[in-house]
Amino acid sequence: MAITDMSPGTNFAMGRYKRRKISNTITMGLAIGAAAFGLLWLVWILAVLLINGLSAISVSLFTQMTPPPGSAGGLLNAIFGSLVMTILGMAIGTPIGIMAGTYLAEYGKGTKLAEVTRFINDILLSAPSIIVGLFIYTVLVVPMGHFSAWAGAVSLAVLVIPVVVRTTEDMLNLVPGSLREAAAALGAPRWKVIVQVTYRAARSGIMTGILLAVARISGETAPLLFTALNNQFWSVDMNAPMANLPVTIFQFALSPYEDWQRLAWGGSLLITVAILALNIGARMLASIGTKKGQ
Amino acid sequence: MDMAVKASDISAASPRARTQRRNDFLFRGATLFFALLVLTLLGGVIISLIHGAWPALKLFGFGFVGTEIWNPVTEKFGALAPIYGTLVTSAIAMLVGVPVSFGIAIFLTELCPAWAKRPIGVAVELLAGIPSIIYGIWGLFVFAPFLQRTVQPFLINTLGNVPGIGIWFKGPPYGIGVLTAGLILAIMILPFITSITRDVFETMPTMLRESAYGLGATTWEVVRDITIPYTRVGLVGGVMLGLGRALGETMAVTFVIGNSHRIANSLLAPGTTISAAIANEFTEAVGETYTSSLIALGLVLFVITFIVLAMAKLMLVRMNRKAGV
Repeated sequence: MAITDMSPGTNFAMGRYKRRKISNTITMGLAIGAAAFGLLWLVWILAVLLINGLSAISVSLFTQMTPPPGSAGGLLNAIFGSLVMTILGMAIGTPIGIMAGTYLAEYGKGTKLAEVTRFINDILLSAPSIIVGLFIYTVLVVPMGHFSAWAGAVSLAVLVIPVVVRTTEDMLNLVPGSLREAAAALGAPRWKVIVQVTYRAARSGIMTGILLAVARISGETAPLLFTALNNQFWSVDMNAPMANLPVTIFQFALSPYEDWQRLAWGGSLLITVAILALNIGARMLASIGTKKGQ
Repeated sequence: MDMAVKASDISAASPRARTQRRNDFLFRGATLFFALLVLTLLGGVIISLIHGAWPALKLFGFGFVGTEIWNPVTEKFGALAPIYGTLVTSAIAMLVGVPVSFGIAIFLTELCPAWAKRPIGVAVELLAGIPSIIYGIWGLFVFAPFLQRTVQPFLINTLGNVPGIGIWFKGPPYGIGVLTAGLILAIMILPFITSITRDVFETMPTMLRESAYGLGATTWEVVRDITIPYTRVGLVGGVMLGLGRALGETMAVTFVIGNSHRIANSLLAPGTTISAAIANEFTEAVGETYTSSLIALGLVLFVITFIVLAMAKLMLVRMNRKAGV
């Protein structure tokens, strides 16, 4: 900037310009620092997890049962239990979520009922998961008289529903109305339009939501603590407590035994890798979907 | 027109059209049923919590939320210590987490070179995907010992001697405790608040921002005087959503809080939160009063988070309405 006039006014303006520039540099420096600070945690946590987890990963981790304190073993029963309850939770929660999301996007548009449902669903989406555990405890565990894998699966399903409702509604809303009108003009009834046209157009988006829901529940511990409880042994009985990875990690990590702590790290690494893979898969699926849409 | 009417008359009479109409009715009914199920889910949560908490509430009355005693042996229970712990850890989390989240969001929207925007944005969102039990185990084995060795002695020697606030930083460095739990919560809510803040920043019309730059404003001035005032409601909504998350977070806190039902003056001392108390004690609770008191704690937590989340939602809705206009 060429400065020709050096009157006091300009000097004053120059001072203010400098001040503004300095405060800009400081605040933007802080913003960059904040970003670096945020990434630091991710790197730190993942590094610790990799170092401790990798040393615990071995074949026996996948082939042996959880051991009694002081001896070696694996996490087979916990991995199995987690898979079973996650799959069941998804099987219960996904259809409910997709149907409710369909109502919100296709039938309920603009109605009071849809508005309230959407609001309640968003509350459920961020409600503390331990509350869901208490809820299932009072409605399932107490009447049944014992902890069970069913209760665990249902509490996971309760967490799945709001995620799927939300993504299904959002994704159906992205489908252009002209597509529905074109199908309707060909004489297709409403339900056929939704099932065969709208669902297909929104398929990758809905799948993304389902993957995100799997990611959400596969690390959940709090709702399983007093529904599925945990089990030291191999069990396939859905009416009995079932071992699962998160609760096993919780118990083993807080124990004084080194073998158990190592298994806890191994389990943590397994869960994190699975969840990161699901998240990345969901993201890729979503980007494929948008590319196709364009 | 005439033709069309006739065609529909004919098809209305055909059995195929009747089947389709029935299917339509059934499909609509099914979606409506499941939408109502979502509604009853929340109702069910509230009713079951009140039902489960009733014995304790009847026994202790409103004094339940005002007393500090938590004694399973004499079966005297009060929720004050967990409520205090929940509020204080969340306050620490917000104090640390909100400015940093805003900083990251400002970085991502205003400063970040285009090629780095996506990777950094994705990394922040991956941080949100890591389950809380991982934060817990990391906090217990790595972060708490780290704080015990470095940060806490430093705080005791410096801030601990300052009159007034010094009382918060007195006592031995345990490692685990209220401060550690608050800091881990701060890390956990970072990605949430950051991604909402970033999305909210991006709702601002480019025209407004460009005009400000055109008048010669610096980046900071644009953020402070244009972006933040314009997106204020949405920002508050995002912060409240993060607060809701921090209040109800269970596992990460349970690992590092120390589970002590005492209100200590020092932030370095062990404490407990509502969710940590439930997670730690529920399966071991014997007797109706004990179990019921823990469910009553859950009810208190639910009421607090419901209010916070509802306010957050209302603000974000207001924000979107504004963006839509």
